[in-house]
Parts: sequence; structure tokens; C-alpha cells
Amino acid sequence: MPETLLNSVAGDNKLLFTGPEWDFEKLRRVYDAIEEIAVGEMGLDVYPNQIEVITSEQMLDAYASIGLPLMYRHWSFGKHFAREETLYRKGYQGLAYEIVINSSPCISYIMEENSMAMQTLVVAHAAFGHNHFFKNNFLFRQWTDASGILDYLTFARDYVAHAEETYGTDEVERTIDAAHSLMNHGVHRYARRPKLNLEEEKKREEERRRFAEENYDDIWRTAQLAQETASADAKLAEKELAAIRQKLGLPEENLLYFLEKRAPRLKPWQRELVRIARHVSQYFYPQKQTKMMNEGCATFCHYEIVHRLHEKGLISDGTLLEIMHSHTSVVTQPEFDDQRYGGINPYALGFAMMRDIKRICLDPSAEDREWFPDFAGNGDPYGTLRHAWANYRDESFVLQYLSPRLMREFRMFKLVDDSDQDAMVVDAIHEDRGYREIRRALARQYDLARHEPDIQVRDVDLAGDRCLVLSHAVHDGVLLDENSARAVLEQLSTLWHYGIRLEEIDATSDKILKTHEVSARH
Amino acid sequence: MNIIDRRPNPKGKSLANRQRFIERAKGEVKDAIAEALKRRKIGDAEGGEKVSIPTRGIQEPVFRSASRGGKREYVLPGNKKFVAGDKIERPQQGGGGGRGQASPEDNGEQDAFEFMLSKDEFLDLLFEDLELPNLIKTKLKSMETTQLQRAGYSIEGTPASLNIRRTMRNSLARRISLNRPSPADIEAMERQAQAAEEADDAEGAAQARADLEAAKLRARRFAYIDPVDVRYNRFERVPKPNAQAVMFCLMDVSGSMTEAMKDLAKRFFLLLHVFLTRRYKTVDLVFIRHTSNAQEVDEDTFFHSRETGGTIVSTALDEMMRVVRERYNPENWNIYAAQASDGDNYSEDSDRCSQLLGGDILPVTQYFAYIEVGAEATLRHGFPSPPTDLWRTYAAIAPVHENFAMRKVADPSQIYPVFHDLFAKDREHA
Repeated sequence: MPETLLNSVAGDNKLLFTGPEWDFEKLRRVYDAIEEIAVGEMGLDVYPNQIEVITSEQMLDAYASIGLPLMYRHWSFGKHFAREETLYRKGYQGLAYEIVINSSPCISYIMEENSMAMQTLVVAHAAFGHNHFFKNNFLFRQWTDASGILDYLTFARDYVAHAEETYGTDEVERTIDAAHSLMNHGVHRYARRPKLNLEEEKKREEERRRFAEENYDDIWRTAQLAQETASADAKLAEKELAAIRQKLGLPEENLLYFLEKRAPRLKPWQRELVRIARHVSQYFYPQKQTKMMNEGCATFCHYEIVHRLHEKGLISDGTLLEIMHSHTSVVTQPEFDDQRYGGINPYALGFAMMRDIKRICLDPSAEDREWFPDFAGNGDPYGTLRHAWANYRDESFVLQYLSPRLMREFRMFKLVDDSDQDAMVVDAIHEDRGYREIRRALARQYDLARHEPDIQVRDVDLAGDRCLVLSHAVHDGVLLDENSARAVLEQLSTLWHYGIRLEEIDATSDKILKTHEVSARH
Repeated sequence: MNIIDRRPNPKGKSLANRQRFIERAKGEVKDAIAEALKRRKIGDAEGGEKVSIPTRGIQEPVFRSASRGGKREYVLPGNKKFVAGDKIERPQQGGGGGRGQASPEDNGEQDAFEFMLSKDEFLDLLFEDLELPNLIKTKLKSMETTQLQRAGYSIEGTPASLNIRRTMRNSLARRISLNRPSPADIEAMERQAQAAEEADDAEGAAQARADLEAAKLRARRFAYIDPVDVRYNRFERVPKPNAQAVMFCLMDVSGSMTEAMKDLAKRFFLLLHVFLTRRYKTVDLVFIRHTSNAQEVDEDTFFHSRETGGTIVSTALDEMMRVVRERYNPENWNIYAAQASDGDNYSEDSDRCSQLLGGDILPVTQYFAYIEVGAEATLRHGFPSPPTDLWRTYAAIAPVHENFAMRKVADPSQIYPVFHDLFAKDREHA
């Protein structure tokens, strides 16, 4: 047996590389071979690639600045760094093999410690899988400016440094702390009218905004106005206030946006800092919504690519086995009662669903034809997948493509935990009656709007003490965590300066369930 | 496609952020360090330290859903026996396997934040508000020593500092400009003359001979190396900061010193040593133990061997002065001394001690610290122990000497505060 193996290795001259050592020449050869498969056979469409080799220490650095190559300075990044470093040094956790940045050119960091087989995997995974997803998925196309992000981060870093010099590190950190605590509520969730205007026009708008901001203060004006009209017809005043509220853009779900534009006592540089946090948050918003699909796409791509490389005789059996070894550990899904269970593994589910789509396209069962009449047996798995990658996010992808067969494979079941009941109830399992319910529930689990608290700016007490009124739409009676809510409100008040009231309102009955309050800061 | 090798880029991009983080959590980190110091052997103080600090002050709050209450739904993998409608006991918080999306939220709050401090960070924080006494004096004093430093070239010097490269360069330039024939030229001319002679060209041969003679004369006249070519390396004397210190550890090892007391003393010595290595490039250690007589020993013997006998402290002081005279000239060395004892002394010895300490030792040392170990222990019996002989002796000297300090230590946890006290920036005790 060893003899034949030796023969096959020796007789095969097509191998791109042998042995674990990598060098730049091998990397280039492998890249070209992968590109041929990825672009030629799978029809992937990618940004130009830039592959950067880094050391493990640099990888730790990259972790700490939330994976971005540049970042402004802030103590919280140092905290993350300290934590990651400790975990890594003590061996609790390995480092990622790669980090990929949604930018054009698409930057993939690969570690020098990786073997050549791992580098092959990483190039297929990041430089093609993730890259294709970044370039084609509608959320990324709509929300992130891949070619501009590095420039923007440079601007942000320099602006923060400049602000620190001018206004003092403490002041700046306080503002950024507050902005960070609201980052999850600093995104526009719905696309507005597409911006047709050119760069010039954007700049002009910016200037106009600045002018308006500096010369005119909505809230102050309305407060006076409200006093004047108090004695006059109250009804009319109410109406006017409503009109002004509308003018202020209330209700507003993007808290950072509201603060940036409307907070009465922020200084211009503080507004800019809030704006920077908002932009960074917005940049990551698509990633949060497509984690499972994005990882699934990259995993599926590397899986297909390395198998094709092997079929073509370009990599050896040993290389394929090494790659599959790490592939398998990535897509492992522990069961719910396993010690290691920590939620559904996005790599596992994403990869399994995409493999399943390929199967349905090529070799559908009667059940698949019934559930997926659109594409079952259409013979074009890559085309079908490219369509899915471009037009769905995790929630809608699950809702559309999760097949009964996969639910059986994962042995999924749905559990309902109602605090009014004594015990939890198994609501649905992987059987005919349960498929649709499980699929619906799983899709909801991926809906960001469901698992991040839904918080809006509802009102400002224009006529009184300028108290800011926030509302939390409570679904299914799940309230906010008391301590953290209080801490966030404290942070918020450093930006708003006046009192803040957060009302938790039941989404169905409009009943106020709980109120958190912080008083004005002077 | 582009492949870029970023490995040569500077690492430690996160260093600035890390420092900010430590700065922010400084109070907590310092507490943690003091705590850690109590627990572990101070011998490890040269390494980094894992610290665990409360998350207060370094929290990054966000709005989160409460982990309990309301109606929640989970989709979980790995069903084995459940059918629709089954009821399951609610697992206890934190028990058993995960519970879908809820589990990360449950653990969202960490009560303690744990991370590694590097050796430098650890020591910096440890010694942050301590400063060696009389450091300014040391600085002024240290200017007395000088060091030779290269400073260009000169035309005179000793043969040992001849700079051959410079010299040869000048020589070559001079030879070229004066058109001095090289040995190769002369050889070529000789061959030419010989060829002419062999060809029986008498006129040509005579001409060639004449040219050869002229060239040889020229070569003799213009020396290969002339005194004007010679260059020497020039050195200047520059003042050099005095970066060396010697630390004397004096300890009573007589029978009355228990192992626990020695251990206390050891911790104090080690802490002082770490502190000095932070400040000085080289720190020599001298261990002197004494009973009724004193001797210089190595570290191992100092801490571990047992001795019996009475106690005469002055012998140790004598021994210290002997070593200073022999090896550590106070002109060149910063001298520190730490003495640990249980306070026992032969009563007739007191005068000699105070004489030695006040008259000889303190004037040449930067700092002399005396700690009396185990003194507190006697207090437990309800009687405040009377000051020991040695304590009384030293207490008489203490007020007149700035660079002398004394403290009592009874417990490992007191070492650090005492150390802190002794070296605190504004020392009230004088």
C-alpha cells in the first residue's frame, strides 16, 4: 500500500506543491489554480484580491481592532486585546487561520504559521468565498462602500487623534464610550432613497447641514414657542408640537443618528465622533445579518474548490485529508445536550444548506420537488446558489431554503419557554406537521430585529425639561436587562445632557410595562 | 492578485490601546497586584502576572434582553426522543448543556476580567509611586565617572589607535597625485629594458634603463606612507551615568530567628532587589549573615543553612564595611543595605553598632533599611512587647539620618505596605 501511494505521488507531476512548507511562489501557483476553478467553473465574481501574510502577534492585533486594518484608538480595543491574548497564550483558543476585510481590493490576512495545505484552504475560503459574498450580496452592496472603507477609517483614526489632542483624551473617550454603548442602535435598517448625487453634492449637503446646525436649534426654539402658546389654544399648540416632532424625524430608531443631529448641547467635534461610531456600526450591520450565509458561502466554496483541485490531480491525497480535517472541525454541530453546545453553528448550518441546495438542483427527491418547485432538478447548482447569495440574508435564506431533509438530518425541534408555565414545551419536531413551524422559528432566530432590543426615540419633552423619551417595544414579554439598561442610559446622558426616560411598551397592548429613568446632567 | 508580506511590519499595533486600558483600570489592577504579591513567591516577581480585576469601570454596556421572563422560542438540533407536546423541566440557570440563543446572554456579564500583565507592565505598576531616596544626589554624584567615546580622527596618538583605513586612504591619494610609480610600473619598465637589451636595441635599452632609474628614484623620494598620511582614532572622555549599585543583605541567622522570620526577610530582600534592578543597569548582591560573628556567604547558604550561637550585630556591620572598602568604592557604586533581624543583640554591643552605623555606614550608603521581623507576634499575648535592644539602638540614630529607615513586620501581607512605606515618595519618616 505505501508503495502504490509513493508511486502515485512520484508519477504525478501536476501537483502544485508537496510538503507542508509554503512560499510565495507556491502561493501564487495555488491562487491561479483556485481562480481558474472559482471564476471559470463556479462563476464567482470577486473584488481584486490582496493577500497579506502576517505573524500570529499581528493576528492578535487585528483581532483587537475588530478585524479592521486601521482603527481609532480606544481603551476598549485594548481590553479585547488583553482578553484574546490571555486566552491564546493559555491555549484556551487558537487563532483564526485568516481574517478577511470587506474592501476593494479585498484584503485577506493569512498567518505565516499555516501549512501550505491550510494556505490553500484559506485562499479558497477567504479570497474567493467571502470575497464573492461581499461583492454580490444585496446588503453589502446597499450599505457598505467597499472601496471607501479604508479611506474612511483613516479619516476616523486621524480625526479621533486630532480631537484627543485638541480636547483631551478623557473627554474624547467619554464621548466614544457613550457612542459605543449605542452602536447596536446606530444603524439605518431600511434603505432610503438611493443617493443619486455625486460626491460634490454630498459635500454641499454636508455644508448646508452644518450651517443649519450652527445657526438654528430646533429644540430650543420649540421650547420657547411652547411657552408662548401655552396660554393660547392648547389644542393648536399640541398640533404644532406634533408637526415639529415630525420635523425632528420622530420616532427615530437610529439613536446615534438622532443624537448626532439633534442633541442640543453636543459640540461639533462630539457630533463627528458620534457620526464615526455610527458609520462603523453601519459598516458591520450587513455582516451581523448574514453571518451564517457568509460563512456558509465561504465554507461551501472552499469545499468545492479543494475537491476540484484534488480531482484535477493538483493536490495530493495527504493535502486533501489535512484540509478536510480542519474543515470537519469547523462544521461540527454539537447536539443541544452536549457540553460544547453554544447555539447553532453558522458554519455547519450554512454549509449544510448550501450542499443541500446543490443536491436538490442535481438529484432531487419527490419531497424536494414539492417543497422547492422553482429550482429542484434544474441542473444548475452554482447559478442557484449565486442567486441565493446575492439576494438573501440569514433570516430569509432559512425561510426560503431550509429543506425538510436537512431538518431531519439536524434532528431539529422547537422549544417554547413561557415563564407563565411550569415547564418548557416541545412545540414542534422534525416531522410533517412540524417542518414549517421549525423553519419559521429558526428564521426568526436569525432576525436581528428580534434578538436585538427594538429601541426608538419616541419623543422629546419639547415644552418642558427636554427630557428624551425612548421606547422599547417588548415582544413576548421579554424585558430589558435592568443593570445594563441603566448603564447604557447613564452613557447616553453624557451625550444628551438632559433627563432620559426609557419606557418598555408591550408591542401588542401598548401597555407600559416598566420605566427606567436617569436625571439630567449638568 | 497581490501578495504582500506584512510580517516585517511593526507588531504591537495594539500597544497604545492596551496601555489605555490599563491606565483606565489602574486602581483595580494595582489592588490586584498587591493581592497577587501576597499570594505568590516574590521570587517570581521578574515574570509577568495574571491579574483578575472586577469589571466595574471597564464595562461596555449595551441594551440587552433580560435572561429570564417572557415567552421565548428556541430551535435546537439533536432531538432524540421528544415528540410534539412533551413537557421538559426548566434547567437550572447555568446547568446542563446550552439552551440555544439564551446561553450566550446568560453569560454575558463577566464578574471578573482576567488578563496577563507583561513583566514590564507589572513592575511599572508595582513601583509606580515609589522612588529611590536621594536619587537626585546619586545623579549628581554619578557624573564623576567618565567613559571614552570615539570622536573623529586626529593626527597624533598612540600606535594602538592607528586608523589604518584612513591612513591608507591618505597615502593612496598622495601617491596618485604625486605620480609615484607603483611596483608594478617599475617591474614593467624592467621587463621593457630587458626586452630591449635582448633585442640588441642599445639605444632603446639605454633609454629604458634611464627611465627605470628615474622611476626608482621617484619611488624612493616619495615614501609609500608619509607621516602626513597617518591618522589616529580620537577618543573623548564623556561623563557616564553611574548605573551600578550594590545591595547588602544583612541577616541575623542565630537560633532565635525562625524559618518564618527568615522567609519574611527574604521577601523583603527580593522585593528590594527587583526594585534596584529596575533602576540600575547592574546590581551586585552581597549576602552577610551573622550570629556572634559574621561572614559573607552565597545566596543559598544565606537563606538555607542553619547556625547557632549568640548575636552580635556589629560583626555584620564590620563585615559590610570590610567588603565596601575592598570591592565597592562609594565613589563608583550606589550602596544600598537592608538588614533583617528579630531585634536580639548582645547588650554590650549596642554602642558599637550605633557608632558603626552612624559614623561609617550611613555616610557612604544611599539607603539603609532595617526591618524587624516577628516583632508583632509577641503582642498576641496581650502584652505590648518592649522595644528590642537593636530597635532602641537604631531608634536613637534614626532621626538624624535621612537615609535610614526602620519598620516592624510580622506577616507576609505587611511586606509590601512596609516596603511601600519605606520608599514612598514623600517619606514622612526621616
